[in-house]
Amino acid sequence: MGELVGTSPCAGVLPLTIGDVQAVEVELGHLTSIAPFAGQATAASVALEAAHGMPLPKANCTTGKEGARAIWFGRDMALLAGPTCDPAVAKHAALTDQSDAWAAVTLSGPSAEDVLARLVPVDLRSVSFKRGHTARTLLKHMNGSVTRLGPESFLILVFRSMARTLAHDLKEAMEAVAARG
Amino acid sequence: MRIDGKGLIDRAQPLRFQFEGIGHTGFEGDTLASALLAKGVRLMGRSFKYHRPRGVLTAGSEEPNALVTIGRGAAQEPNVRATMLEIYDGLDARAQNAWPSLRADAMAINDVAWPFLGAGFYYKTFMWPRGFWERLYEPLIRRAAGLGALSGAHHPDRSEKAYAFCDLLVIGSGPAGLAAALTAGRAGADVLLVEEDSLFGGRLNAETFEVDGLAGPDWAAQTVAELRDMENVRLMTRTCVVGAYDHGTYAAVERVGPHGARRPEGGVAETFWRIVAKRAILAAGAIERPVAFENNDRPGIMTASAVRAYLNRWGVASGQRVAVFGNNDDAHRTAVDLEAAGVEVAALIDSRAEIAPPDLNCPVYAGAMVTGSAGRLGLKRISVKTGRGNKDIEVDCLAMSGGWNPTVHLTCHMNGRPTWRADIASFVPTPGSIPGLVTAGACNGDFSTQACLKAGAEAAAAVLKDLGLKASGGARLAEAEDSPYRIAPLWAVPGTGRAWLDFQNDVTVKDVKQAAVENFRSVEHMKRYTTQGMATDQGKNSNVAALALLADATGRGIPETGTTTFRPPFSPVSLATFGAGAQGIGFAPQRLTTSHGESIARGAPMIEAGLWYRPSYFPQKGETHWRQSCDREVGYVRKAVGVCDVSTLGKIDLQGPGAAELLDFVYTNTFSTLKVGRVRYGLMLREDGFVMDDGTTARLGDQHYVMTTTTAAAGAVMRHLYFVHQALCPHLDVRFTSVTEQWAQFAVAGPKSRELLNGLLDQPVDNETWPFMACGDMAIGGIPGRLFRISFSGEHAYEVAVPARYGESLFKRLVARAEAMGGGAYGMEALNVLRIEKGHITHAEIHGRTTAFDIGFARMLSAKKDCIGKTMAAREGLVDPGRERLVGLKPVGGDSVLSAGAHLFDTGVAMTRETSLGYTTSAVFSPTLGHHIALGFLQRGPERMGEVIRCFDHMRGLEAEVEVCPPVFVDPDGGRTRG
Repeated sequence: MGELVGTSPCAGVLPLTIGDVQAVEVELGHLTSIAPFAGQATAASVALEAAHGMPLPKANCTTGKEGARAIWFGRDMALLAGPTCDPAVAKHAALTDQSDAWAAVTLSGPSAEDVLARLVPVDLRSVSFKRGHTARTLLKHMNGSVTRLGPESFLILVFRSMARTLAHDLKEAMEAVAARG
Repeated sequence: MRIDGKGLIDRAQPLRFQFEGIGHTGFEGDTLASALLAKGVRLMGRSFKYHRPRGVLTAGSEEPNALVTIGRGAAQEPNVRATMLEIYDGLDARAQNAWPSLRADAMAINDVAWPFLGAGFYYKTFMWPRGFWERLYEPLIRRAAGLGALSGAHHPDRSEKAYAFCDLLVIGSGPAGLAAALTAGRAGADVLLVEEDSLFGGRLNAETFEVDGLAGPDWAAQTVAELRDMENVRLMTRTCVVGAYDHGTYAAVERVGPHGARRPEGGVAETFWRIVAKRAILAAGAIERPVAFENNDRPGIMTASAVRAYLNRWGVASGQRVAVFGNNDDAHRTAVDLEAAGVEVAALIDSRAEIAPPDLNCPVYAGAMVTGSAGRLGLKRISVKTGRGNKDIEVDCLAMSGGWNPTVHLTCHMNGRPTWRADIASFVPTPGSIPGLVTAGACNGDFSTQACLKAGAEAAAAVLKDLGLKASGGARLAEAEDSPYRIAPLWAVPGTGRAWLDFQNDVTVKDVKQAAVENFRSVEHMKRYTTQGMATDQGKNSNVAALALLADATGRGIPETGTTTFRPPFSPVSLATFGAGAQGIGFAPQRLTTSHGESIARGAPMIEAGLWYRPSYFPQKGETHWRQSCDREVGYVRKAVGVCDVSTLGKIDLQGPGAAELLDFVYTNTFSTLKVGRVRYGLMLREDGFVMDDGTTARLGDQHYVMTTTTAAAGAVMRHLYFVHQALCPHLDVRFTSVTEQWAQFAVAGPKSRELLNGLLDQPVDNETWPFMACGDMAIGGIPGRLFRISFSGEHAYEVAVPARYGESLFKRLVARAEAMGGGAYGMEALNVLRIEKGHITHAEIHGRTTAFDIGFARMLSAKKDCIGKTMAAREGLVDPGRERLVGLKPVGGDSVLSAGAHLFDTGVAMTRETSLGYTTSAVFSPTLGHHIALGFLQRGPERMGEVIRCFDHMRGLEAEVEVCPPVFVDPDGGRTRG
């Protein structure tokens, strides 16, 4: 018997292109949740910056850039996407490998914001949700994470087990937007 | 009758449609009501209770009479307002509540029997014999009354939900709304302008007003064009704001394209919007009220504003010979517009003695009133009482006006009450009723176009200031007519016949007076007694008149009498729209394991566990019943090795110096003493002392644990931990996060489990390095994972976890190896049998009403420490030996079938609710033992071991003699587990 074979969460259900919007699964690299211990937020941030070049993000923000990004991920927590988290950070924060826990999808195109307006109950207008802004919120019935990557591009994370539902919900919203012409 | 040269319809675009099976032609821009009126069709429906012939009363969403059904089969859609239904090629509309036909409706017998059907009558009459109301009378009455019917099948149309955010929401696009949107849009605010109609402009499209020298509709179109060019303004037609809620949230329903019309692939019929606005301006206009007089509901009797709307917007004369009846100057314009369009006006009748009528060719009767009408299926004649005697006038249309009611509804959705204004004889919104919302224009009692424009612009300017935006300078207010609104109240014309107030609910002036006579004097009681203002109508047409009459009947003033509550939705919303997107698989997310595809490929039927889908069993060729598969799979585990996906169990990663203390506090037993590399079973209580959940927790490092929860309670336990940490133990330095999704985890169970794993793991295991309840890291082909020696089946077993991406691959390999060793995959049915044989509990037993004492785990409450639920669990009643406590049950003789949910009784007693001593929670056929077994709760259970009692399932009619036994049926001393 051969080696174990890896399968991506959205295999078989994405990509999708409907109208002017594309939903594409992305490989973000390692995902590590970073939860600083009591009183260690600054130390953890300094350690993270020293190791990976970006501090811990403030609430609803991201730091870093494509390939190495820290995404605010809820109360006292960030998600480092890209490199394996340097063990030096572990002195100040609980690190948990989440590389296989999330389905990561980019939604992009001129109507991407309209598509998300059908699924996400928070204000995603570019005036209030700028590039680099992030929210832990709902995607229809699912808990997830939404980050604006650019004027017409968003990063969506939902539980790996819900990848098929994500594809279904995105498809319905994309079709409804596209049908309006 | 269509008038040449008038209307905002496209005569180059004829459209074919059907009403009541008869084909008609209308034009692009027509509603069903306008197209039918153009063809001289006045009869459009039958009334709710008396089956009275009715025609269209209004030209807007307040229409109470002309409700039709469209679509066929599953797509049938009832109660569509003909006034809001834009026609399209192929539209097929039918009247409702009429049989065999609209013209000859057999149920019109109700109208003859009206003295027996008045308000309150049947409640008092159909009371005997007792019980007949529910079984006979009510169903009969409900069948006789009513509106349209649903098809009973799933509607094929899809709807959706969406969210919108803006600085300013402008509700309504008449002169006030347009002026407000323009002012705010020019200042750069993010504006959302919503209009219920298919066309922006409100009354400007229905009147002959000029604004800035342009015809009203032209000015509206020009203004909308300017707004459309602004990037900061979004325009929505066919969108009705139906409710106002907290924090500037508004519900709105958008018809995406004409009602019922064909739409592009993937398109939706309606969108249910939640709009969050920093500020809102309500410019919803006003609704003209009818006058109550005898037989004022005949087809052809309409509100005056509707007659003008059909004429000016749709180029339709609502009759060949029209009379106008009103109590205000505004009504006079109806006669003016009709005469200007060449329609014969028979008379202008004004209830006021002192009036200054416009220049008209028709006779004008001041101080006169319409007292009755004739023409059952369509108006033929009206009776007029003038100062000089009575007069009958032949007309086929009567335009009536009792004045205007500002559309205050939305301002009442948060329990605001409107304020009475005597000068306009109506209610206006009370400022501040909805935080962040101001009102402008006719909905606020401003009835001239100029006043509306001014109010809209001023309201927007105030909002801009409030938001810190600056109005662009130099904007000039458009100029328009500013005629005063003169009115003298006229609620009902005196008379003895039935005069209709609420057309949709068939409520008359008599009904309201009767309510007062029977001492239902509060307006809320009157409403419930008469049904006035109920249901989808919400009193749009009738509320003010009804309460004015109630005030009169009870000798109080109108302000003292007050209004009933206008409730959302402002306009009816179908349940399919409220629940949009939640049909079928949209109802809830599906959580799929990594082995899902392989399980499906093996033909496994799936069962839902929370949101997860898990295989029930894996059928093989020749098996015709699930029990055969299940028994075989149990055999794998008991005799060889079985593989089962257990990834769905909740897994919570806890780290930090305070992790051990937190676990000691949430579990009844102790985890701080657990050695690194070992697993312990834990029991968790709620604050009230009852069992919350159970599972194993492994210690991976000095300050690192991973907790396992049951599948269904994973979310609840996570929430519980957050609560305990944040609210009860904030001093503990511990961090935790769910890792359920990170790991694919499989149970490998059975005497050959170690043999199977040792062919797979990079480092083989043995009983010394991996004894029962050991855990630690392992690797498969260099892929790091975790191994836990735990057992739910009671066999020598392991759970092996790898990062989820490898789950599918590992599952296939485990199953292939198991099959080669005489075993294979097992599903939930076998898992359940195995755990019941071993006496392991699930939420069937810890169902929320059982304690640790009940399940025989009282010794798990550590005496050395406190834990959540400990104190409450010690309450006298919760440790009473007489409580129902966990036992095993097996049939005497061995061949009886046991079922879960059966009740337990002493032998020889009548088996009733009162004599029940307990119940079964889990029951299966045990292939290992060859007979049924069950777990259950029995009063004093542990004291009754060996006794024979009876088990009776009243639902299934199953009865059995059972022996009370310990709940562990297989390997009670645990030798196999440790093997």
